[in-house]
Amino acid sequence: MTNTDTVTPDESSPVPPPGRARHKIWRPSAQSPIVTAALALLLGLAVGAIIIIVTTPAILDAWRSIFHSWSGIGHAIKVTFDNVGAAYRAIFTGSIVDPASLWHSITTGHGWDNTMTPISETLTYTSPLLIASIGVGIAFQTGIFNIGANGQAVLGGIAGGVIGSMLHMPMVFHLPLTMIAGIIGGMIAGAVPGVLKAYTGAHEVITTIMFNYVIYSFLLFVVLSTPFQQPGQQNDIGRMMDTTAQLPPLFGTSSGLRVNYGIFVAAAVVVFAWWFLDRSSMGFDFRVTGANPTAARASGINAKRVIVIVFLISGGLSGLAGMVQVASTTHFIDGTFLIGNAGIGFTAITVALLGRNRPMGIMWSSLLFAALGVGGRSMQAATGIPLDLATVIQSVIVIFVATPVLVKEIYRLRGSSESTLQLANKGWNS
Amino acid sequence: MRLELRGITKRFGGFTANDQISITVEPGQIHSLLGENGAGKSTLMNVLFGLLTPDEGEILIDGEPTKFANSGEAVRRGIGMVHQHFMLVPVFSVAENVVLGFEPTKSLNRVDYKRANEEIRRVSKEFNLEVDPDAIVENLPVGLQQRVEILKALSHDAELLILDEPTAVLTPQEIDALMAIVQSLADAGKSILFITHKLKEVKAIADVITVIRQGKVVGTAQPTDSEAELASMMVGRNVELTVEKSAFSPGSDVFQIRDLVVRDDRGLIAVNKVSLDVRSGEIVALAGVQGNGQTELVEAIVGMRAVESGTITLNGRDVTRDSPRKALDNGIGHIPEDRQRDGLVMSMSVADNLILNTPRRAPFARHGTRNLGAVKENAEKLVKDFDIRTTSVEATADSLSGGNQQKVIVARELSRPLQFLVASQPTRGLDVGSIEYVHRQIVNHRNDGNGALVVSSELDEVIALGDRIAVMFEGRISGIVDPTTSREDIGLLMTGTGTSSE
Repeated sequence: MTNTDTVTPDESSPVPPPGRARHKIWRPSAQSPIVTAALALLLGLAVGAIIIIVTTPAILDAWRSIFHSWSGIGHAIKVTFDNVGAAYRAIFTGSIVDPASLWHSITTGHGWDNTMTPISETLTYTSPLLIASIGVGIAFQTGIFNIGANGQAVLGGIAGGVIGSMLHMPMVFHLPLTMIAGIIGGMIAGAVPGVLKAYTGAHEVITTIMFNYVIYSFLLFVVLSTPFQQPGQQNDIGRMMDTTAQLPPLFGTSSGLRVNYGIFVAAAVVVFAWWFLDRSSMGFDFRVTGANPTAARASGINAKRVIVIVFLISGGLSGLAGMVQVASTTHFIDGTFLIGNAGIGFTAITVALLGRNRPMGIMWSSLLFAALGVGGRSMQAATGIPLDLATVIQSVIVIFVATPVLVKEIYRLRGSSESTLQLANKGWNS
Repeated sequence: MRLELRGITKRFGGFTANDQISITVEPGQIHSLLGENGAGKSTLMNVLFGLLTPDEGEILIDGEPTKFANSGEAVRRGIGMVHQHFMLVPVFSVAENVVLGFEPTKSLNRVDYKRANEEIRRVSKEFNLEVDPDAIVENLPVGLQQRVEILKALSHDAELLILDEPTAVLTPQEIDALMAIVQSLADAGKSILFITHKLKEVKAIADVITVIRQGKVVGTAQPTDSEAELASMMVGRNVELTVEKSAFSPGSDVFQIRDLVVRDDRGLIAVNKVSLDVRSGEIVALAGVQGNGQTELVEAIVGMRAVESGTITLNGRDVTRDSPRKALDNGIGHIPEDRQRDGLVMSMSVADNLILNTPRRAPFARHGTRNLGAVKENAEKLVKDFDIRTTSVEATADSLSGGNQQKVIVARELSRPLQFLVASQPTRGLDVGSIEYVHRQIVNHRNDGNGALVVSSELDEVIALGDRIAVMFEGRISGIVDPTTSREDIGLLMTGTGTSSE
């Protein structure tokens, strides 16, 4: 072929100036997930402050008094700041560190256990939440909405509880075996909706929600059945795990700090998830499937296989989370294990969303959620403001993160909201 | 009603679906809007029906500028629409469907079914549209369901009726009945906008024809104009294309299709006993107005659509029922018709898109772990070789222009060892420079002694690329001709009326 025709050099879209891509990342815009999350946190705290103001009798009384005399306004403002400040201070000192206690420990060299307790508690709560959230996040990235993480975690906890308490062997075998049992328990719970979706098209949102209830009932059955029920108990309490199957505290049992080797399990899961999503061929298939199912099909990716495997991985991680939860805190399961407020599998959905389904993002968001939960308890103890306020703050953060348009409007940020919106909505339209 | 559209423009992001479209429909007139799938007809109707807001332009009803915030306002102004996909509630009765949203009520806001039934009987009688008001819609044949849609529009006193591809789902007998109904409605003074890509229907029924192509009005025609003329207006001829090709020296058969039958998403036969051969060193161009089964044919070849009967053979091996993965491994390259849907993952990097269907092949991965260095190296080489304009290989595909997105696909497909290439509308929406580039790549592939099937509704592209031209019409090959054949003759084959030279 003779080369008579040449490509027109002036393309319809000219090459953008170099450096544009990097500039885009760091510009404070609604497109940066970190900026959005930070601004959403501020909004969450603001909304929380409003709720504290309108529900605390002391503050309302102070404001009411200004109807009698305007001179009371300074007092009213002071009362408001005192109460809101006390609440947020309690959340901070209860979940991270109390500066006064820290200073005391530094100057005297004593009381480190006490000083480290808040951060130890936060990390203890983070580990299982982080693992479950990674499981949910991997499913999200594949376009699968796994609402069954809680049930999968429960089944993982049951499996871990059974293997950990009813088999006896040295720790080098027992602890890994208990972990594997937890993973397999979660995988079994995940496989059912996975196979149903792959081979019958049953929507995973329905099947996973329903399967949660099956597993909750199974939990009651297990903790009330003679072989597993704690001997001498009539209640719904399972056997205590052997110490060889427990995740030991980092600083020994005598320190009183609950932070334990579970954080290394969680860290390993983060590294695995990063490798899996970013570096493995299968993770690539998963991401292609999640981002564009028709292109995935055209590229020869077997959708059925991907769906089943993603449920095995997501379920397995949720199961591991359940096992870590038991093996690092109570060391036994009972009939209320992960039910209600303690349902890490449900919190994991919001944590994954907040972390944009990416391992590092999920790590930060699960730390934040664990800190708010732990700090909320301190706040309740110190100020009488109910723990639910922490849940409100968490929820508000998620609402703002899920609707970047709102954050963008409130802070008048530049940048198109469309792409972020799509990101946040990934997984809902599978 | 006299309807006038003035300079309607509708954009979706960077894509202009309607570009300065002006149309006038007179009372009692059947105005046909003719254009290929994707030409922008449905967008225009959605603008007119208040479902989309135009970016520019205005709608005039009886000379008065009008804006519709939603379809309810359009209905109140006397515009009725029969959608391509019926908007009926299948489990409701005919009467319930017709009054839905405008239910006559008696005391306590209860629906007055008696009045609803009377209303339907009155309208059916007036326009000769017989339907049982108590029948459940899902039990009715498609033709009657459509009649319910028409009844619904008429019962809201529609003066202008929009029919969006009304014959797409009908049998020939039902089409005849529909045509009679449409004619009688026009005789009764209703204005009709009849949207279709089928030339025969247009000639049979239209008073005036407006042809739309790539979102623009390309001209008006009379029903007396020949089908070939209409066809060439639809597919256009405004770009002069020249591709230098080496002498045609076909080898043995690489690819064979025998009596292939494929169904579309609705379960109707889209490809009807098609047989086609492609030899090595040959480009067979598949021409035809879009929507005549080309899409389904290509999907069957690349394993994305089940084959009902017939065989597909590649180098003597039966590949009829191979999965997309096997089709890829067999060395069938695919440039898909809808590149953003089937060919790219827009949120992923150029580098990842360049190995999208070969991520596990050496050297891009080993033992299930990706070798990102090799992926990047491959991307940098292809970006250079295929002149893909991008800020970096890590930039996402959606940051590229349409032409460069297509180059990514072309580079990916042509850089891996191929036995056969299927390119579907390979230059749709591209600028002239990119068109020439893509054409040159396909011709290079052919000059290297490979076979290719190029599906295109652009007549110029077909003539420029094809060593032989097969024309598809209503699921069949209506003829296989030489590229020296006149445009008029190819146009006739596109309408199913011409004769084949082979």
